[in-house]
Amino acid sequence: MGGAWFDYTVNGFVIGNIYALLAVGLALIYGVANLVNFAHGSVYVVGAYVGWAAITYLDTPLPVTLLCVVAVSALVGVGIERIGLRPLHGSSRIAPLLATIGIALVLDQVVQLVFTPDPRAVPMQVPEWRVAVGGGTIGALDLLIAGIGLTSAVVLYGFLRFTKLGWAVRATAQDSDAAQQMGVDVNRVNMAVFAIASALSGVSGVLVGMYYNQISTAMSFEATLKGIVALIIGGLGNVPGAIAGSLILGLTESYGIALFGTSYRNLFAFVLLIAMLVWRPNGLFAARRALPPEPMTGTFIARSRPVVVPRWAVAALVVAAALLPLLGQPYLLQIGANSLMYAMLALSLTLVAGTVGQVSLGHAALLAIGGYASGLLAMDAGWPVALSIPAAGLVTAALGTLLVFPAFRLTGHYVSIATLGIGEIVSLVILNWTGLTRGAIGLGGIPPLEVFGFDLGSVEGTYWLCLAVLVLLALLQLRLLRSHLGRTWRAIRDDPVAARSYGVSGDRYKALAFGFGGFAAGISGAITAHVYSYINHETFGASISILALTMVILGGLGNVAGAVLGATLLIALPEAFRFLAEYRILIYGIVLLLLIRFRPQGLMGTV
Amino acid sequence: MAPVLEVRGLRKRFGGVTAVEDAALDLREGELLSIIGPNGAGKTTLFNLVSGLDRPDTGSVRLFGQDVTGAAPERLAGLGLARTFQHGRVFGNLSVLDNVLVGAHARLRAVRPAVPVLGPLLELALAAIRPGGVRAEEAALREDAIRIISLFGERLTPRLDHPAFSLSYANRRRVEIGRALALHPRLLLLDEPTAGMNETETAEMQEVVAGLKRSGLTILLIEHKLEMVMRLSDRVIVMDNGRRIAEGLPQAVRHDPAVIEAYLGHREAGAAREPVP
Ligand SMILES: Nc1ncnc2c1ncn2[C@@H]1O[C@H](COP(=O)(O)OP(=O)(O)O)[C@@H](O)[C@H]1O
Ligand SMILES: [Mg+2]
Repeated sequence: MGGAWFDYTVNGFVIGNIYALLAVGLALIYGVANLVNFAHGSVYVVGAYVGWAAITYLDTPLPVTLLCVVAVSALVGVGIERIGLRPLHGSSRIAPLLATIGIALVLDQVVQLVFTPDPRAVPMQVPEWRVAVGGGTIGALDLLIAGIGLTSAVVLYGFLRFTKLGWAVRATAQDSDAAQQMGVDVNRVNMAVFAIASALSGVSGVLVGMYYNQISTAMSFEATLKGIVALIIGGLGNVPGAIAGSLILGLTESYGIALFGTSYRNLFAFVLLIAMLVWRPNGLFAARRALPPEPMTGTFIARSRPVVVPRWAVAALVVAAALLPLLGQPYLLQIGANSLMYAMLALSLTLVAGTVGQVSLGHAALLAIGGYASGLLAMDAGWPVALSIPAAGLVTAALGTLLVFPAFRLTGHYVSIATLGIGEIVSLVILNWTGLTRGAIGLGGIPPLEVFGFDLGSVEGTYWLCLAVLVLLALLQLRLLRSHLGRTWRAIRDDPVAARSYGVSGDRYKALAFGFGGFAAGISGAITAHVYSYINHETFGASISILALTMVILGGLGNVAGAVLGATLLIALPEAFRFLAEYRILIYGIVLLLLIRFRPQGLMGTV
Repeated sequence: MAPVLEVRGLRKRFGGVTAVEDAALDLREGELLSIIGPNGAGKTTLFNLVSGLDRPDTGSVRLFGQDVTGAAPERLAGLGLARTFQHGRVFGNLSVLDNVLVGAHARLRAVRPAVPVLGPLLELALAAIRPGGVRAEEAALREDAIRIISLFGERLTPRLDHPAFSLSYANRRRVEIGRALALHPRLLLLDEPTAGMNETETAEMQEVVAGLKRSGLTILLIEHKLEMVMRLSDRVIVMDNGRRIAEGLPQAVRHDPAVIEAYLGHREAGAAREPVP
């Protein structure tokens, strides 16, 4: 028993070291650039694959493998800085964060295209011996990982403390304007920091590959998340804090697995994340609990004058859409229905992220809640589908608002991180709450769409229902936006402090937005569940959240017509170019990057 | 009758810096009290403490006879306190009219029924259904907002639909004051309303503030332009390094040796006092 605990401790410590290599880089980048780099895990995957390729094709010994990984990863880091950060200087606050998401999509896809999505085994380059210590064992790889972690920390400390560039990095982290005035080349500092951070991330990737003896492109997202969790525990931008946070996270996870089993590992990590954000958003080691100040006033979304679509044109488009089934093209209708379901999600997200400025990265969780609610009501409680779908909308509105409520006091990047974590928690709860959700098996045999005896399971039926629901939701949303709620929501987005001073309670109006948005997304998820007839905890994953965000940015944040247009374009266009199917996500990523860079207000303009 | 505002022993420190030390003031109904002092004297911090954006370390604030020390700004707005911000905090993507209408938020009654728990849901439903009462209220507020905007002559009226980010700096300040007036405040806090304005614009603003004073509004004013302070104020408080160094009638304060000393000692700060927007 004692031996097992020793092993869990060693394991937690090793994982903590791997997280530390990730989190230190995130902390450095946050320090100099005020940016949470969502592409960090993608570099980690690049590092893992470069290591794998070097060993497999070139037969490199360990030091050369590591050197290759460091070199390529650092180069990728420099690229991220050049694409995701430097050109976006002076654009809206959320732009660089979104750009790193776009870069992550692109990097992951490129790696997948080059190496195929199949997992690979990284050959072990360390002797396989283990020594017995205190009832457990320690292997050579454990020591190597600990050694690399420690060496990196020492070298980094020396660099920051004793070199001129290190001094410049620290000066920039403290006050980048002041540093610039003192002659520090902030661009060079950023580039160096991205290079160092990415090199560490890449090394972390290859070590993890050796530790688990397996790598895949799917590791990227989780690595980013874990790095961010460790970063938040230690406090954004706090380098020693990031190391401590990583070790705490590694040990928590390891003991969590020991107590409850592997499927709880990530649940622990994300619950820890949310707890930190709620109680100590500045990290364990900060003295104050208040959030650090962020730049203020009107810089949240790109300024623009939205395109005004005349009413008759909208009406004509709706009529044309309603007549589409007459063409008798079932395949087209299927794409149409799919676009419409995504449009409901985009509607919800454009309200929350665009109108109220809470950039949610976990919006797909609302689909999951809606899908499960309606599916379970119909299957287990025997409700007719016509009732279970609206009920699912209400359940999602209530549950979604309740779940995000702890994040209401957060602003900017913190909101995105919190919603990302909450989204993951929802999916993990679905996975683990077997009694209610059937766990990993998923929900099969969900009854088809049907309204008061009318079977809508046909392609036309589904399409018409989706169109009707979407038009209703969109009209309702427009009506709310034209009431006092519209200006109140947008006031909170533009300047929460001034809004409060005029009696606008942030909590109340954010809750109303998440409530209405949750209703729309819940309905979308519910309809999807009945159309698919099978869903599981992965059906509505993080990639759908990112896709929805891309739609919303493409259409113009806060713009109702834009959300529908964005959804239609991003679902329908890839179908039109089916031969490009492999490149779909890559295209989404590139679209996102181009938009942020060249048309941040989207096609229809921000509202 | 209780004074409009009663501040006692207020102190606020930021790390090692004492921004406000032992602040005290009384403001009677209809009075215009100015607070002057070099940059960094703690004037804005005092405003933040009074308007609920910051909590004092010690001391008390009473508004219309109620203790509101550390109360949330939302609540203070409900009591009739409105403020403007030194560096300007308009809602950039909202139109001029919408900016001013947000100022009237605390006056919404029909669409914000004071029902516990269910209040927010009712508000959502009323916003969607818009019964006659809600429509009438919105129309009345709109009319009132347009009237307030017309206080600035032709400066803003032709620009009702323009997003605030497209306005000149001076116009953004006017929008802020319009937004504050839309609350129908019983106490108005103005933080350097003429900062960054040229002479004509300053004179216009002075007329507007004088008009507000004539209408009986109680005003607390932070202002660097001494001429305006001398013309408008009933009383003046001078602050330096977080402390009150003088208080009295405008003419008396002007010739107070401590005041002259404070201003001379901060000549450099005074030269750079106009913040760049
Ligand atoms: N949020 C804050 N954090 C730290 N120091 C602050 C903060 N706000 C104000 N200060 C400091 O408090 C002092 C008073 O500032 P302020 O009230 O803005 O002066 P004034 O408005 O008279 O120019 C200054 O030294 C300023 O640097
Ligand atoms: Mg000030």
